[in-house]
Amino acid sequence: MKTIKYFSILFLSLLLATSCSEDETESNTTEVDPMLDYTLLKQFENEGNTIEILSKSETLTVGYNELFVRIKDGITGNYVANAQPNWLPVMHMQMMEHSAPFSALSAIETGTVYSGYIVFQMPGNSNEYWDLTLNYKINDVTYSAIERLEVLSPGDGLTRVQTVTGHDDVRYVLALVEPQAPEVAVQGISALLFTMESMMSFPIVPDYTIKIDPRMPSMGNHGSPNNKDLIYNSQARQYEGEVSFTMTGLWRLNLKLLNDKGEVIKGEDITEANPESSLYFEVEF
Amino acid sequence: MKTLSRGGVPLRTTFRINVGLLLVTFLAHVTTTSAQQTQLDSLYILPVQLGEVVVIGAAKKMEHQKQHKPLSTLDEYLEGAQHVNMVKRGAYAWEPVLNNMTSERLTVTIDGMQIFGACTDKMDPVTSYVDVSNLEAAEISSGQRGASFGNAIGGNINLKLENSRFKDKGWYGSFENAFESNNGQRVLGGEVNFARSNFYIDTDVIYRKADNYVAGGGEEVLFSQFEKYNFSVNSGYRVAPGQRILAALIYDEARDVGYPALPMDVSLARAVIASVSWEQDSLGNFTDWETKGYFNTIKHVMDDSQRPEVAIRMDMPGWSDTAGLYSQVFLQKGKHTLQFKIDGYYNRSLAEMTMYPANLEENPMFMLTWPDVRTFNTGLYLEDKLQLGMHTVTLGGRLGFHNNRVADDFGLKSLQIFSPEMEAANSRILKSISAQWHRHLEPFHLYVGGAYGERAPSVSEGYGFYLFNSFDNFDYIGDPNLKTEQAIEGNLKVVFEKSRWTLTAQASIFHMPNYIIGTVAEELSAMTMGASGVKIYENLESAQLINTSFLAECEISKGLKAQAGISWHRGTDSDGGNLPLISPWAYNANLKYQKQGYSATLSVVGNGVQENFNPLYGESQTAAYTVVAASMGKRFFISANDFYVKAGVENLFDARYSTYSDWNNIPRMGRNAFVALSYALN
Repeated sequence: MKTIKYFSILFLSLLLATSCSEDETESNTTEVDPMLDYTLLKQFENEGNTIEILSKSETLTVGYNELFVRIKDGITGNYVANAQPNWLPVMHMQMMEHSAPFSALSAIETGTVYSGYIVFQMPGNSNEYWDLTLNYKINDVTYSAIERLEVLSPGDGLTRVQTVTGHDDVRYVLALVEPQAPEVAVQGISALLFTMESMMSFPIVPDYTIKIDPRMPSMGNHGSPNNKDLIYNSQARQYEGEVSFTMTGLWRLNLKLLNDKGEVIKGEDITEANPESSLYFEVEF
Repeated sequence: MKTLSRGGVPLRTTFRINVGLLLVTFLAHVTTTSAQQTQLDSLYILPVQLGEVVVIGAAKKMEHQKQHKPLSTLDEYLEGAQHVNMVKRGAYAWEPVLNNMTSERLTVTIDGMQIFGACTDKMDPVTSYVDVSNLEAAEISSGQRGASFGNAIGGNINLKLENSRFKDKGWYGSFENAFESNNGQRVLGGEVNFARSNFYIDTDVIYRKADNYVAGGGEEVLFSQFEKYNFSVNSGYRVAPGQRILAALIYDEARDVGYPALPMDVSLARAVIASVSWEQDSLGNFTDWETKGYFNTIKHVMDDSQRPEVAIRMDMPGWSDTAGLYSQVFLQKGKHTLQFKIDGYYNRSLAEMTMYPANLEENPMFMLTWPDVRTFNTGLYLEDKLQLGMHTVTLGGRLGFHNNRVADDFGLKSLQIFSPEMEAANSRILKSISAQWHRHLEPFHLYVGGAYGERAPSVSEGYGFYLFNSFDNFDYIGDPNLKTEQAIEGNLKVVFEKSRWTLTAQASIFHMPNYIIGTVAEELSAMTMGASGVKIYENLESAQLINTSFLAECEISKGLKAQAGISWHRGTDSDGGNLPLISPWAYNANLKYQKQGYSATLSVVGNGVQENFNPLYGESQTAAYTVVAASMGKRFFISANDFYVKAGVENLFDARYSTYSDWNNIPRMGRNAFVALSYALN
């Protein structure tokens, strides 16, 4: 009997403790942190304000990176809405500097989180590095921050971005966006296509076609059916199609880039003699 | 109609040799005419007119005398049946073919229980999970005459388990031993039984181990070894007069089974088969009420680790679990004998494939080849047998409900790559109706029958995912939206019986609308390395099958019998193309002597050249062959016990040959001497 009594007291106190702590959290924060499930990749001070860069992935890697930026006002301690931020990634190589394709930063529904993407074409190393310039406004005062970024080669060694010169002698950057979590099914595939106008300018190329031929090099170049070539979606400003994977493993998505006149810009058809295209992505799961 | 495998004396027994085997077959007309004359165990009523019964028996009944090769595998027994052929992928686990139709068009049941192999490549037909040690007979029903067992087109093979059935014999048992020279197969078997009039328990065990066999001419057929053992317990208790409860358990395990015709072997094939049944002699006006509940589970593991060179290493395990129930009663009313049966089963079929890339850094490649398909099938079967003087009319009908559901989401999404519109579940109604008429017009018996039947696609046909078929070198993909396959069937048999002679001519024709077969999908890319492409199961407009045979038997003198048979078959699709795996014309002849404990057989069996074959299905022409076999036996009595020795030679002239049903034309076994010993303790 005694044991039962002790246990009930213990149980009750635990119950009370948990309910108290719940009350506390509720009173302290008015809403759940919308970025709770994201990784804080970078947090740095800039003139008294704190800047956070977050992502779904653990690191910045070569290829497409969807990023989220928050700015905490050093005076009020609140995240800033209407900061109208813009950014510029720059690679500092030993002989030159260049930027990367990136989107504008735009506020998502919470108002204080700004999202956008950067497509890194290469990783940093001991002599060469990426930095990010971030301009923002708080109460009509413009601030500018600059911070080094660590961009890694993908841990799995897979190709998700390619910088190529087309048959039209134009430099293109092609990056895979989706699928991030591939499965054995027919699923959406999306990609971004940019042209390299200058070292610092990478505008989106619309209205091309990206033909797709997924293959498994380790499986005798087995291919999958019912894929749909990627075409430009002007709303999403990206290329969208469908890809199917018939099993798990390493898939090479052989690509062929066609311009708006249907001329081949880059990539080759897969034949017995030519098992792979020079333009491709890799997916493994 | 009643069969006389136990207790009864058959009116006539026909003997037949096929590939050197002598087989006892009780033909349908025999059992029909003898049924009224014999006292039988009440449960030994067979629901439909049988095509054929292959008696297997065991040592305790000394059936061995009648068999060319005692203790041969069940496959060899079945191969000797008039209507059955076997597809061979090696020395073990042959696939039965009835009316030139294979697994998906047949139901193969064990004592009426549904059971389904767990291998996507048909390496484990149901017949591989039992052994002759625990079987009494294989009951073969052609076409819709097998409809009481389930929905099928080609017919049913029911493997009847043996038991002591309350014979007041006390303790008895036997020991058996056999050896075959060609592949060094050694067989050890034994049984211990105890039977009283109110209780019995039978146990038996058999063990087989064989090395590679040697084809005619001396070539060793690599990866043709096998090892297996089978254990079973069968028991019954008489609760009250006319009321019995019975239970059976079979454990069967094969290991290290080679499949020379396939790119993979099997490291494990294991089945546990269990049932409990209630039997009651009468139920109001009804008789012979039997209700059985059963469960069986199979695990099958394909393995390529012994093969020196493979394109890619892979694991391919499969599982098949089935639970079911049936209940049947009979009613005798005037000229009518009615059978009512309700049955149902639930099966789960799951198989997966994991391939390991040469580059170990890469992830394994995984797919569900059978995406956890749940099949629920239930049906109602009704039969009326009408005895009108010299006429017998049998009418049968079955109405079934069949539901398939893909339970695994991974598997469902995989299949939706090919069939985007498919839903996880689909249901269909399956119908069967048949009519048989028999007229006795001395010295003739005339049988005429017609039937209509339907079947649902098999798990592979509906839901298979890249199943490699090494016969035509294509990967197969199922189509979940296949239509129900139908069959309109006609059969005719004329038997002439006079003094020593029995002549039997028969023919059957099947017209099958929506015939299911794999057709090449040019746009798809093969998965298996080296495969020619991909086929998807489709409904052809129709296909036709014709089977004809003629059999002559003669009792030359007392104890000496001769028999000769010839058969011809043809299968075509609606465009006139040849169907695969259709027998060319085939013949057999044998001479059998049995008198005063001595027995001897001499047999010849052969096939003509395969004129009608189809390269689209991976067939090449198979040459004609003839093989000869002989055996001799002697029975001794040592006090009350029975001792039996039999020795013989198969493929006497060491012919190198393969038949139309040998997968990838692997050669058959060359000359093989065998000896079998049985010792029965009464």
